[in-house]
Amino acid sequence: MIPEIGHFALIIALCLALVQTIVPIIGAQTNTSQWIAVAKPAARGQFLFIIISYICLTYSFIKNDFSVLYVANNANTALPLQYKISAVWGAHEGSLLLWVLMLSAWTFAVTIFSRSLPNNMVARVIGVMGFVSVGFLLFTLLTSNPFERIFPVPLEGRDLNPLLQDPGLVIHPPMLYMGYVGFSVAFAFAIAALLDGKLDSAWARWSRPWATFAWVFLTIGIALGSWWAYHELGWGGWWFWDPVENASFMPWLVGTALIHSLAVTEKRSSFKNWTVLLAILAFSLSLLGTFLVRSGVLVSVHAFATDPARGVYILLFLAIVIGGSLLLYALRAPKIKSIGQFDLVSRETALLLNNVLLLVAMFTILVGTLYPLFLDALNAGKISVGPPYFNAVFVPLMLPLVLIIGIGPFLRWKKAGLAETFKKLLKILVIGLVIGTALPFVVAGKTSILVVLGISLGAWSICAALYYLFRNVFRKEAKLSSFQRFKKIPSATYGMVVAHIGIGIFVFGVTFVGAFEQEKEVPMRIGEKVEMAGYEFGFNGVKNVQGPNYSSKQASLNVYKNDKLIATLLPEKRTYLVQESPMTEAGIDTGFLRDVYVALGEQIDNEAWGMRLYYKPFIQWIWLGAALMALGGLLAALDKRYRLKLKREKVAIVSANAKQAAAATS
Amino acid sequence: MIKYLLPVILFFVLCGFLFIGLYKDPSEVPSPLIGKPVPEFSLPKLLDNSSQFTHKDFLGKVSVLNVWATWCFACKQEHPALLELAKSNIAPIYGLNYKDDAAKAKLYLRDFGNPFEANAFDGAGRVAIDWGVYGAPETFIIDRKGIIRYKHIGPITSNDLENKILPFIQQLKNEA
Repeated sequence: MIPEIGHFALIIALCLALVQTIVPIIGAQTNTSQWIAVAKPAARGQFLFIIISYICLTYSFIKNDFSVLYVANNANTALPLQYKISAVWGAHEGSLLLWVLMLSAWTFAVTIFSRSLPNNMVARVIGVMGFVSVGFLLFTLLTSNPFERIFPVPLEGRDLNPLLQDPGLVIHPPMLYMGYVGFSVAFAFAIAALLDGKLDSAWARWSRPWATFAWVFLTIGIALGSWWAYHELGWGGWWFWDPVENASFMPWLVGTALIHSLAVTEKRSSFKNWTVLLAILAFSLSLLGTFLVRSGVLVSVHAFATDPARGVYILLFLAIVIGGSLLLYALRAPKIKSIGQFDLVSRETALLLNNVLLLVAMFTILVGTLYPLFLDALNAGKISVGPPYFNAVFVPLMLPLVLIIGIGPFLRWKKAGLAETFKKLLKILVIGLVIGTALPFVVAGKTSILVVLGISLGAWSICAALYYLFRNVFRKEAKLSSFQRFKKIPSATYGMVVAHIGIGIFVFGVTFVGAFEQEKEVPMRIGEKVEMAGYEFGFNGVKNVQGPNYSSKQASLNVYKNDKLIATLLPEKRTYLVQESPMTEAGIDTGFLRDVYVALGEQIDNEAWGMRLYYKPFIQWIWLGAALMALGGLLAALDKRYRLKLKREKVAIVSANAKQAAAATS
Repeated sequence: MIKYLLPVILFFVLCGFLFIGLYKDPSEVPSPLIGKPVPEFSLPKLLDNSSQFTHKDFLGKVSVLNVWATWCFACKQEHPALLELAKSNIAPIYGLNYKDDAAKAKLYLRDFGNPFEANAFDGAGRVAIDWGVYGAPETFIIDRKGIIRYKHIGPITSNDLENKILPFIQQLKNEA
């Protein structure tokens, strides 16, 4: 009964989504206020019914209702409760349901936080989001119904994929989806503006916080995924250039370009077409990611069950949504004029360069990811493109980008003096180079040109951001006291500073890990000690451990530094009982300056085991950097100026809406 | 104008590639055992553990080997397809009962029907390693000379049965 309610709620949600698409958009085009007024209630209703549906599926999981095929395939009576709840999005069907839940949640948020926007605009935005929702709901109902029953009812379920039974993975997909789906708001704003033909700085100001929020979620989602891979895959790596990782990274790169480009459009009325194109691209790449993961066109560790019928459906949907948007763009963009002029040396140029580099980076990743597919489609053979390609093309693009990150904020809009900026930044550049040259010696006792370059750039980015803040607080010509200035700095500025520091920290981490990590793959006998990177690892033995739905071999190793015990690591090799798949759980001693990481390998004989030992300097800085970027984004998105300006505009808009209504009724 | 049309043109080219990609299987890496004779082994039969099932039993006819277990959920899913295949009498199906409990396996065949001509009982899963088995269910098609010609990974759906397995067996039977 409960699954049927869920199924039925989903059908009602689809009907509401259809209403939400058709009525408000026609209303907005014809200025019919009654039709426009349908937008918000339809969107809220849709949200409600998707929540009902989602709760029904969760309930089926908690109650071990194996008559539901999806539950039987992804749960088991022995599965702990928290994983039963997260198993809802553990495979294709349920993760789609999560996707539409989030889409409708974002739409719901738009209905709440858009009271001060013109009604026409809101109606179009909600309509466009409704259309996306129709596509996904139809997809779910037609090809991937999570409520499908099976008969005879199996006594036991097949259990959740063991890879997904990890706390990191419980929150990774929802965060990632919040990011993916969040770009649909900026996308909807862009389409609404193209439909309307009006693209002004007010439009950019409305879009900005939405785009930034989505970007924050995506940043967190990607970072969590990387953190999980580090803990769970047992190879000590944090990024694999796997097609699915790339699928999440491409919208991130474009989203980063978008939030910067929106700034130019808002402040200078420039880059309008470009910004709109980025908004379309960011969401298109999110959709493309969905397609790549679920259609089985690429080989990946993240493979969902694949089915050509699903692939054809999503591709068709992509063609309509993305193709339609880009066509609309081609028709409307030539008429949109950017008014702001700017010099070669200006903040606009710096942001344009930032955009170009990010987009080129995105294209190299897109090409690398799809290259095997292109070749296969042309019957030119099967190949795979690995990390060497991505590292070789991606890193050189990021180096100039980090350089610009330091300079950009110091450049004035429209026209900046090259010499004047250079004078301001010379000392920062020197500090960066000094740190870059000295620090690797202090940390590792050795260095290389790449390390000097990486650390210098990281230090440069951090110092430049701090210096920017410092100058704003302690400007000499100011009438206000430093404290007053400190208080007056908008939270968006803090956001920028924190995020740019995050980039620097991230670059530190990547450079140090890449250059100075050490690993050793050794057979170890019980009682034996192995030395690596100044640490001594003593193997105490292996014992059997019984988990709720797995049995495990847990090794114990003492780690000594200078003959002092600093940690006891417990790497495991788990065998999940139902799916019979072995899983590694690495034993990690996390530190601010280094991680010591042990993964348990194969048993050699009674006394000996294969062991992989890693020393990972500064690896936590990678995720610390990502966390700072996300925090920076959050600070920027919460800037009160969005709310203040909205209030002021509200009066004007209310009167405009009144006029519109009057015109419509007369 | 062309400048503005460029994104949409590029996108549709991409769509073309993606569409072709849908009908190619990137993970279809042929099993190294295809074209090789079946690995040598000798295992007790499940229902009659006094006699042995060996690689020689594959000679002289086109046959099917299905790797299954009672703990394997997907095997239950494909069981009807196996019964259907057995009913068609086109080729004998042998089973490799993989890492299983013999008593449970016997009960399973009694309760759900037995499509197998004979079953080799591989409780430790050692022989399955020689066959390159990743997990149950997997299905092999073997020709008259005892050479592995086809491998199917995962449960056989009725669609697979009609479009892949049956035509392939027929094709092998037509070979001289």
